[in-house]
Amino acid sequence: MVLAPGGIDWRWVGLKALAHALALLPLAGLVRGVVEDSLGADPVAALTHATGEWALRLLLLGLALTPLRRFTGQAWPIRFRRLVGLYAFFYACLHLAVFLVLDLGGYWTQIFEDIVKRPYITVGFAAWLLLVPLALTSTRGWIKRLGRRWAQLHRAVYAVGVLAVLHFLWLVKSDLREPLVYAAILAVLLGLRLWWRLRRPGAQAPARGA
Amino acid sequence: MKTTIPRIPDHLITPEPVYRARRQLMGLGLASPLLALAGCAGAEDAGLPAPAATAAAGAGGTSPPAEELTRFEDATSYNNFYEFGTGKTDPARYAGTLEPAPWSVVVGGEAEVTGTFPLEDLLAITPVQDRTYRLRCVEGWSMVIPWQGLPLGKVLERFKPNSRAKFVAFTTLADPRQMPGLRYPSINWPYREGLRMDEAMHPLTLLATGMYGKPLPNQNGAPLRLVVPWKYGFKSIKSIIRIDFTQDMPPTSWNQLQPEEYGFYSNVNPDVDHPRWSQRTERRIAGTASKLFAERIPTLPFNGYGDQVASLYAGMDLRQWY
Repeated sequence: MVLAPGGIDWRWVGLKALAHALALLPLAGLVRGVVEDSLGADPVAALTHATGEWALRLLLLGLALTPLRRFTGQAWPIRFRRLVGLYAFFYACLHLAVFLVLDLGGYWTQIFEDIVKRPYITVGFAAWLLLVPLALTSTRGWIKRLGRRWAQLHRAVYAVGVLAVLHFLWLVKSDLREPLVYAAILAVLLGLRLWWRLRRPGAQAPARGA
Repeated sequence: MKTTIPRIPDHLITPEPVYRARRQLMGLGLASPLLALAGCAGAEDAGLPAPAATAAAGAGGTSPPAEELTRFEDATSYNNFYEFGTGKTDPARYAGTLEPAPWSVVVGGEAEVTGTFPLEDLLAITPVQDRTYRLRCVEGWSMVIPWQGLPLGKVLERFKPNSRAKFVAFTTLADPRQMPGLRYPSINWPYREGLRMDEAMHPLTLLATGMYGKPLPNQNGAPLRLVVPWKYGFKSIKSIIRIDFTQDMPPTSWNQLQPEEYGFYSNVNPDVDHPRWSQRTERRIAGTASKLFAERIPTLPFNGYGDQVASLYAGMDLRQWY
């Protein structure tokens, strides 16, 4: 699935289109829920939870692509990394927007107090904030411009994963099962990287695809 | 130490239609309808037979209800009842296995009359009343629900609590056969709640048996639950099987789980934040309009029932006794 010189790889275009469609499916479901008024008694809470969970799921999916390449020896997972990462950011933005506009509404300035006072909002907001420079520098131009530092910068996504899981863990009242599932997945994905790094000190990480 | 058991003076027990009409009068006269005792939404269809209501009905007939009722389907599909799962829609989905009949309640502790009482006997103690109350969840949302039930004080009096009875402890059914949520220790089962004696005897405190004119749905705490409208919702314990008069402050479930987050009193108080949520405002889930832009409204001290209950806490630092 390498772009043929001078030609268009239609299989690749199709796969990309499919990936976009899949990533937008949750949003379509939510829009439908809003239109049909089928999101339950508290649609704002439903939207907040759904957008947050999809941001986290896509973030973890993005973090799974590098291990997937190593396990399969195939390069194609990496070619979806930017797409998945940007959709994670997209859902994180929706999540924040729903909270600010629909949940807090006229009291949106309460977010400043929340960021300072409530640890789960502090870490959640920090996770979103850290995603902003990653999304902005996800273009080919920025990858070129930043060179080696691009990879260093984008390792911040590990911290985003930790903050996002903490955000979930700290907001539940007593049933930790769901956030713990995400924590376990994140632990595996980050643990693999640590394991590889410790196993092969000095070994150069394989070249990164765009 | 001597303790007197507060009795409800007769003038505090207001016949339902009269209190409804009074609410309507208050709604007309006050700048903020939220200060009214109960939502007025139900007043139009109440019939208003009492003569005291005529003037109010005439004057207020065309004015919109001050606080919209929550829809029955919303109040019965969005619940916290961890015995059936920790998701908001779990109780509506799984509470079908609860068997609200036959039901009995054990009454014990510091009282002359104790024992096991069939639900029917409890219901015969005093007539059922209608009470429309705001329900404020500690999570920052609220509803307006028309309950039917018995004033708890009237019921408790019947058991003749003795002078050592300073608190009342309540226990929810914990039967794994009927309640799938018990498999997970999200709470130190059984669920327990408690009130100080004067809170329990207060005329606003209701032992609810129904809502919206129907028997309590399982997910709302059938067949018998507490409704304490000036406290956060988790104080209003559901599916009660045990009532104990105690000398000491009884352990309560959320307080045991997170003492810094949930106090014994848990009065609605916009000035005392939950460590994880601001309590200054709330989102009202009510009415038939789209709830996508549901109104966020300021939370009132004691959930707007301060006129009736603030005196219970005179001299107490409510920041300390949250």
